[in-house]
Amino acid sequence: MLAVAPFTWMLLTSLKTEDNALADPPQIIPRPVVPHNYVDVVSTGHTGFLLWTRNTMIVAILTFVGTTLSSAMVAYGFAKIRFRGNGTLFVILLATMMIPFPVTMVPLFSIFRWLGDNTGIPWLGTFKPLWVPAWFGSAFSIFLLRQFFLTIPKDLSEAARIDGCTEIGIFTRIMLPLARPALAVVALFSFMAAWNDFLAPLVYLQRPEQFTLALGLQNFQSQLGGTTWNLLMAASVLVILPVIALFFLVQRTFIAGITTTGIKG
Amino acid sequence: MCVFTLLPISLSFYYSFCNYPLIQKPVFVGWDNYRGLMHDPLFWKANLNTFLYAVLALPLGLALALFLAVLLNAKIRGQAIYRTLIFLPSLIPAVASAMLWLWLFNSKLGLVNLLLKSLGIKDPPGWLSDVHWALPSLVLISFWGVGNTVVIFLAGLQDVPQELFEAADLDGANRLQAFWHVTLPSISPVIFFNLIMGIIGTLQVFVLPFIMTQGGPARATYLYTEYMYDNAFVYLKMGYCSAMAWLQLLVVLALTGIAFWSSRHWVHYQDK
Repeated sequence: MLAVAPFTWMLLTSLKTEDNALADPPQIIPRPVVPHNYVDVVSTGHTGFLLWTRNTMIVAILTFVGTTLSSAMVAYGFAKIRFRGNGTLFVILLATMMIPFPVTMVPLFSIFRWLGDNTGIPWLGTFKPLWVPAWFGSAFSIFLLRQFFLTIPKDLSEAARIDGCTEIGIFTRIMLPLARPALAVVALFSFMAAWNDFLAPLVYLQRPEQFTLALGLQNFQSQLGGTTWNLLMAASVLVILPVIALFFLVQRTFIAGITTTGIKG
Repeated sequence: MCVFTLLPISLSFYYSFCNYPLIQKPVFVGWDNYRGLMHDPLFWKANLNTFLYAVLALPLGLALALFLAVLLNAKIRGQAIYRTLIFLPSLIPAVASAMLWLWLFNSKLGLVNLLLKSLGIKDPPGWLSDVHWALPSLVLISFWGVGNTVVIFLAGLQDVPQELFEAADLDGANRLQAFWHVTLPSISPVIFFNLIMGIIGTLQVFVLPFIMTQGGPARATYLYTEYMYDNAFVYLKMGYCSAMAWLQLLVVLALTGIAFWSSRHWVHYQDK
């Protein structure tokens, strides 16, 4: 009950007129129902909600594709290829998982500025700082996928090798299809993380046209000022809705993901 | 990985010994930043706030999550629905839940205070706008997002071998004793995992206080990460911020180390 009540109240508020939203004693069922609030949020010129949604989609898709591809390759390397320092490197990788983002925030900022100054391609104030790092793998995803690759029996790749399959072929045609459940978890988590992230966009984006939804929602709130809670709630519902929809679409993957990552820790 | 993690960490370490006002080149100044922090009252204030927040939010949050997980582990009708509902809040973007709770905790017209008034409480607290209630309010709000932890606990609970409970039952243990002597030790690795994640998470809470209270009122919710952010991007003291980052990293490492060290005494791994 306590988990859902806030959602319900948000939804109800988002359908009220401004006066009714502020009524005391509170009005429970909105009367009249004002779905037009949503149209207001999306269409009002100064908000740019559609633009923010598009931006968030771009960043989230580039992030999850990048994370999944690069982490799969690195994880495969850790799991199946023997090279000197494999163990040490893996421990370093695990250690980096513990490092909070705020620690790397400042140096990343100066690296991105340096890149912008020296390559002629601007980085700060673009989406690049948000998604390019994802293409270099994420420690958490690598860890998750490595554990999964370890469970795939060696005989499979050896059989393929005897049949004349190349190393790259083994990876793309045997390992990746087998790892599909784990890849789904990684893709999902990285998509969600990019969708929900606030601090990185706050640090690296500058102009309102580039904002992601998380940043845009905060921007929207400060523009509205005090009392238009009905509009603010409508905007929040719009930000939440895609996440919840995605969750219901792939609920199994979600729960499987959380429990496996949890237990593996 | 190397470019975007190891290089920044090394750079951050170097910057922490530099005077680095964003627009100019960093200049090495030795221990000045660290010395400055030791004499910075706001640094200590932010530390104290973060400590209070963590001390309240972490143990209570873990206990609540475990309690909910035990409830949800019982075989009742509609179990799957309850699980989904508990989990849902932890999915949504922090910014959106910040907006929602700003509205619910609004001192005059928020649902929480309207309900309290209707229950006969004449003068309910101003929550986020009250110096004494603001930090506890943030802790309360953090409980809304425990769903993630609950799901991990649930998975742990489902792994507890049923035979153990039957054995405890035969020995005449009541339910509380069975929970204390069978369940808790069996899921201690899961508790340990959640504890570590919790330490790392609570010490860097940022979004909720940043959006909801801007650290106020009277800096009552001014937390460590927000001070870091302000130093870097408001006061443009990048070196100072890096020094804070390194101190934070050391604290996280130390706490995790202690947790690992103590885990030998209370975490039991099943032999497989």
